[in-house]
Amino acid sequence: MRLRNARVFVPAVMVSLAVSLAACGGGQQTSNTSATPSSPAGTPSGQKVDTANAGTVTGTVTLDGTAPKNEAIKMNADPVCIREAKGPQFQETYTVGSDGKSLANVFVYVKDGLGNYVFDAPTETAKIDQKECRYHPHVFGMRVGQPLEILNSDPTLHNIHAMPKANSEFNTGQPIQGMKTTHTFTIKEVMVPFKCDVHGWMNAYVGVLDHPYYAVTKDDGKFELKDVPAGTYTIEAWHERFGASTQSVTLGAKESKDITFTFKPAVTTTN
Amino acid sequence: MLYRFARFVVACTVLLILAGSLVTSHDAGLSVPDWPTSYGWNMFTFPPSMWVANILYEHGHRLIASGVGFLTIILAIWLWIAEPERRWLRWFGVGALAAVMAQGLLGGITVLFLLPPAVSTAHATLAEIFFCMTVAIAVFTSPKWKAQADPVDDARLRRITTATTAVIFCQIIVGATMRHTGAGLAIPDFPWMFGHVVPDHWDAKIAVHFAHRLGAIVVAMCVVGSGVYILRRHTDRSELASASLVLLLLTIVQITLGASVVVSHLLPWINSVHVVVGALVLTTSLVITLRSWRVKFSDPVRPFDTARGRPEPVEGRPKPDSTYEDGIRLPPDPGIARRPA
Repeated sequence: MRLRNARVFVPAVMVSLAVSLAACGGGQQTSNTSATPSSPAGTPSGQKVDTANAGTVTGTVTLDGTAPKNEAIKMNADPVCIREAKGPQFQETYTVGSDGKSLANVFVYVKDGLGNYVFDAPTETAKIDQKECRYHPHVFGMRVGQPLEILNSDPTLHNIHAMPKANSEFNTGQPIQGMKTTHTFTIKEVMVPFKCDVHGWMNAYVGVLDHPYYAVTKDDGKFELKDVPAGTYTIEAWHERFGASTQSVTLGAKESKDITFTFKPAVTTTN
Repeated sequence: MLYRFARFVVACTVLLILAGSLVTSHDAGLSVPDWPTSYGWNMFTFPPSMWVANILYEHGHRLIASGVGFLTIILAIWLWIAEPERRWLRWFGVGALAAVMAQGLLGGITVLFLLPPAVSTAHATLAEIFFCMTVAIAVFTSPKWKAQADPVDDARLRRITTATTAVIFCQIIVGATMRHTGAGLAIPDFPWMFGHVVPDHWDAKIAVHFAHRLGAIVVAMCVVGSGVYILRRHTDRSELASASLVLLLLTIVQITLGASVVVSHLLPWINSVHVVVGALVLTTSLVITLRSWRVKFSDPVRPFDTARGRPEPVEGRPKPDSTYEDGIRLPPDPGIARRPA
């Protein structure tokens, strides 16, 4: 009688375990499905930009207030990083010029208004380097279909883990110094974050666009978008912590326009 | 000897759960991007000089998991050889082996597919199930289990303890979901929730986090309820009363740790110990549950040798009546079937 009870009890437990596992395992997502390419640079139906009559959008990104302090980085977990990156290390989240106002590492680009212009495919390769246990550059732009060369210059292991929403996520290990990997994004996306899962402090951002009108501000907060055809455009400035700010600019033939974006430490504003 | 080995497997599984929770707490799950290799090396030949930063957690977790898998193979074989009378226990050992193999596969899949929350949560859940199986094997092979001549026969107790274990298991699944969906700080304050008793705004992560906090209250009520029942009705049964006190203590520690996780903003070690203590709460409740169900098991009862601290061997001892093989309790002969004092 009791033997029968145990015989019923044990299989019942096993079945319930299997059911609970199956219930939890359901809904699995695969994030490495091929992304559908957006219209590639150079679609035959569009018109080319007449650079002789094109204008320029220049500008500055400034900070209204005091820049927050960057988080200190502790590289104790990897002796190679301590050796390679000498001195105190800090994140590059809030990088400002000597005036304390000019904001660097802001990605500025034409968000809208280009219509059916087409552009030559880029010939050069975009590059990101893992050096001194940091990404160089921290913020950059590239084109859809343009090869991205990922280099490990450090004598330690890195993995580069891209976490896009529109493009395919990838995670590639580079255990040997000097290793190179090439990746191509197929869909425009602003921004795609990168991180190194080995060294949790390493992060970078890339803006992937289907046109060449983008720039990243340096320490002086300045940017320049050259050879922009006449028209009315939405220009966006993106910062990893302050978010995005947009402005509308109307540009005539051979005209230059200068604009300013101002971010506040707590609130994103539009001029 | 088998019992000691089973306990050793349980201890190693606790270590494995700690290693796994350290991986998640340090966000190190993808620090070794390939599987079953490690940066192209065979897992067992991956140079220790490369176990740097977060790789230490992920690769260490893989090595400990391999060790536990190997121990489980031995345990399953040992059970098969040593337990000819309890065929169900043999198959239970095989089930544990299947669980640990599936667990390894889930771990690999979650790495290769870049930590999809559903797979990672299933990995965490199966870890708890496997841990429960190893603890159950240790209970089933323990001398006191085998020598239990007069187990408690209380249907209400069985219902209470089973329900408590089930509630704790559900709470752990919610906790795992919270960890693997990044909802650990979805409600950033404690004991209030956005300054209120109940959150004033909601999204999926807040809902999961809230469910886990609510679940903690339900678990605490169940643990206290079962503890009070045991201490009032079965206070003379040390195998139940002592375990229920341990369960109560662990639950208090666990709730304190849970609060500390939020207050410390997910400090990795606090977070990880919270996971381990959660597993201990579950398995302590499971032990009480199994003991409450002991009467329903047909395991042969072997008289307990108090001097040697283990059941007497079957050989060389006169069989008391003809009921010995049938698994029916022995007659109340104090010299034969008496629980240890």
